[in-house]
Amino acid sequence: MPIPSPFHPRTFELCTSLHFKDWAGYHAVCRYDTYHEREYFAFRHASGMIDVTPLFKYDIMGPDAEAFLSHVMVKNIAKLKHDQVTYCCWCDQRGKLIDEGTVWRFDDNTFRVTAAEPSLSWFDRNKRGYDVSIVDVTEQIAAVSLQGPTSRDILKLASDADLDNLKFFRMTPATIDGFDVVITRTGYTGDLVYEIWTPNKHACVLWDALMDAGKTYGIEPAGLDAMDITRVEAGFIMNGVDYYSANHCLIENRMSTPYEAALGWTVNLKREPFVGQEALIREKEQGPDREFVGLVLDWDEYEALQAAWGLPPEICNEAWRDPRPIYTPDGRQVGYATSGAWSPTLKQNLALATINTPFSAIGTELRIEVTVEYERKTIKAMVSDKPFFDPPRKRS
Amino acid sequence: MANTYDAIIIGGGHNGLVCAAYLAKAGRKVLVLERRHVLGGAAVTEELHPGFHFSVCSYVVSLFRPHIIRELELAKHGLELIPLESSFLPLPDGDSLCRWSDSHRTRREISRFSAKDAEIYPEFGLAMSKMAQFAKQIIDNPAPDPASMKPSELMRLLRLTKEFRGLGSDLMHMQMQLMTMSALEFLDLWFESEVLKAPMSVSGIIGTFLGVRSPGTAYVLLHHYMGEIDGAFRSWGFSKGGTGTISLAIANAARAHGAEIRTESPVDHVLIEHGQAVGVVMPNGDEIRAKTIVSGLDPNRTFLKMVGESNLDDDFVTQIKRFKLRGSSGKVNLAVDRLPEFSCRSGSEHLRGDVAICPGIDYLEKAYDEAKYGDFSRRPYINMVVPSVVDPTVAPPGKHIISCFVQYAPYNIKEGAEHWPERREAFGETVIDTLEEYIPNLRETILFKQVLTPWDLEQEFGLTEGNIFHGELSPEQLLFQRPTSGWAKYRTPVKNLWMCASGTHPGGGIMGAPGELAAKMMLKTGGV
Ligand SMILES: Cc1cc2nc3c(=O)[nH]c(=O)nc-3n(C[C@H](O)[C@H](O)[C@H](O)COP(=O)(O)OP(=O)(O)OC[C@H]3O[C@@H](n4cnc5c(N)ncnc54)[C@H](O)[C@@H]3O)c2cc1C
Repeated sequence: MPIPSPFHPRTFELCTSLHFKDWAGYHAVCRYDTYHEREYFAFRHASGMIDVTPLFKYDIMGPDAEAFLSHVMVKNIAKLKHDQVTYCCWCDQRGKLIDEGTVWRFDDNTFRVTAAEPSLSWFDRNKRGYDVSIVDVTEQIAAVSLQGPTSRDILKLASDADLDNLKFFRMTPATIDGFDVVITRTGYTGDLVYEIWTPNKHACVLWDALMDAGKTYGIEPAGLDAMDITRVEAGFIMNGVDYYSANHCLIENRMSTPYEAALGWTVNLKREPFVGQEALIREKEQGPDREFVGLVLDWDEYEALQAAWGLPPEICNEAWRDPRPIYTPDGRQVGYATSGAWSPTLKQNLALATINTPFSAIGTELRIEVTVEYERKTIKAMVSDKPFFDPPRKRS
Repeated sequence: MANTYDAIIIGGGHNGLVCAAYLAKAGRKVLVLERRHVLGGAAVTEELHPGFHFSVCSYVVSLFRPHIIRELELAKHGLELIPLESSFLPLPDGDSLCRWSDSHRTRREISRFSAKDAEIYPEFGLAMSKMAQFAKQIIDNPAPDPASMKPSELMRLLRLTKEFRGLGSDLMHMQMQLMTMSALEFLDLWFESEVLKAPMSVSGIIGTFLGVRSPGTAYVLLHHYMGEIDGAFRSWGFSKGGTGTISLAIANAARAHGAEIRTESPVDHVLIEHGQAVGVVMPNGDEIRAKTIVSGLDPNRTFLKMVGESNLDDDFVTQIKRFKLRGSSGKVNLAVDRLPEFSCRSGSEHLRGDVAICPGIDYLEKAYDEAKYGDFSRRPYINMVVPSVVDPTVAPPGKHIISCFVQYAPYNIKEGAEHWPERREAFGETVIDTLEEYIPNLRETILFKQVLTPWDLEQEFGLTEGNIFHGELSPEQLLFQRPTSGWAKYRTPVKNLWMCASGTHPGGGIMGAPGELAAKMMLKTGGV
């Protein structure tokens, strides 16, 4: 049975649709109203506020914290500056992905890691020889994500933080309504985004303060359905959907390496030994067998298939997660799409897929399975660059 | 003198720009000349008051062809659409009706007035979608020509007839009704509640000098159902940053393909030598030559001002003069310091769509009666939107824009059209008075006001007689008869002169279709 998050008194009251689902053991809002459009458009044109408390959070402290994190993460955490946040992943000895998340550096010896899955035991298993303490603060820290073009204006009103100087992937301590928060410039929508973290007891006051400040900036409480679309537009990979943690896989085919997951850019190979390093060096040399890529589905072929039935083109307004096979034009299966959505902003049908090399090269024409009037068909899909949506304001 | 341009497009309205973009995309060297300081024509955004970006004329989008967005990659060039969530009808007795995108919520709202209508409402929507699907064949292709004996034309007609038959007899019957009936008669066939019929019927009169009981208005109703956003017929949206963003996105696409676009460049007339259009003449006498000249102006302006009667045969001139413009609407744009508060419904959720001031059929008829006798309606139909609720970029935080489309405001008032400037203030006050019956304190929240009469639409935006669609969308002015029979395929009697704007098939509205179809026709037939 899921438990309520510290924001539940607010989200439950606002969620008139009662559309909740389980996110990491918490009640999480899918959409507040019958439809999620308003929330989606708030993300892209105003601000959407979403409860992200269910993320797993670990405080890593001690003289060896930096060395320990550099050892478990594929990225060299020693390079992380104070008040900087980085996105990266971690692997097992075989170089297979376990999870991804953010690593924050408060000072020389204090860090925080966020993760999609419980990771304490994995970190614990790897901490031998390091003078470091790892504390699971998941259930102590509440967090909301404020995402969209007016998010900075709202936070400026609500907090005392110097937001004009808070760069992309930086963080700052701040106060809101007299209590302490940490603001990170991170998020999952690929827009101008902030996340605000505070001990549970302040959660509702934080919510109220932001909603109040956001009144004149079009703030809307938002749920996972709207975020799902934005994260496809942003081209972000999702644990448990686009790949599986090696910890849960029965067969090797299910596992992924960072290079396969398009996370190769987070790997720093040339440095002190770290978990998975040898395997990753080999993988890098050989090149991955498959890659996580973006696909843009052809509209004209889709429309023609519908028209053959006398139907107007049907657009599913929700993001999908049921895997769909991908073929070469001559009908050979070379991969699978794991998520997708119609982008109301880009007016394109998008998918995220894992495709065998060399068919994963940008510009390759492939075919994706679609169902039209209960019949399985395929339509053209082009391998495309991610992120699909990348507004300048994201880094501004 | 060598032609530096393959084509010159007169007018940087959205259709002229679409035409330019398609021609440039096909490798043609294109020049667009726009009279005003901004692009867009009736699809334009202007910062009339500091921090307030107004959609000065058109204010919502639906008809814009989705394939144009794809083919010109307009999303990449800055186009962003935000759907309207509802249609709100405040009533003078303190009641109200709001139709939402949530169908069950809508059913509950309507059933307060008629339980029967509440259930018929989605059936009506389905039937109209089916009609719109059929109409899509027509609006996304050049008008079929029933007088033509060309095999290709006959094939097309045959195909359309087949498709028409495929609609089934009920819907075929309905199509006939749409072409001949009044909007109200047509709605009477479906619904009983006036509270529902009044706001639905106004779609039939927008931009026409007709009443909801006038035959032929049912078609205009369909015209407003043909729009399509993300596959859903009948949905309307705001363009982020105002409707001018659409025009600017098209202009960006055109420029990316190499088109040259100049503003503050009015064309005085088309240069005609030996019966052929060879260029344009600017007010200072400068000539700019091109192989092809395309007019993005209305038919009246194109032929009577740009070409001149002396270059046309009498029959044609008569037909153009007969083409009905008869502007019937105005616009009032307000900047306000807070959200409007309706006395009949609290909160602001119902402001995320459009608001119709048309509390009943008699109200609309009375409004029309006054116009028939040469006055603006004392209590007009108003279609109001507050785009700043969903698009914070158009107004400063906490402040809002109220955009009011107002009908009837006949171009030909009894004093004579040129006397409109003297009546402008009174017209604006009438609109505010009308709104204050529903939003009691509106007047004191106003920071800035712009009143556009049909005269202003003509003088400032070049819309002859203030007609918002470059010519009424009545059945006798549509399809192969738009603007006049024999000249419905973007060609004109003047060699090398083409038309590409709302006065051609498939007509007015932010649609882009005339511009696109004209460009494609020119490219296909070697016209450019
Ligand atoms: C008040 C109002 C409200 C409306 N509301 C809506 C709405 O909400 N939704 C909708 O879909 N449609 C609406 N419409 C209709 C829609 O805006 C028009 O049908 C459409 O924008 C016309 O586009 P166009 O390119 O065909 O012509 P125009 O936009 O009229 O473009 C013609 C251009 O030519 C320029 N021009 C004129 N003379 C010259 C010259 N001599 N030299 C150079 N340039 C010249 C003009 O300045 C103008 O830019 C509205 C129109 C008005 C007026």
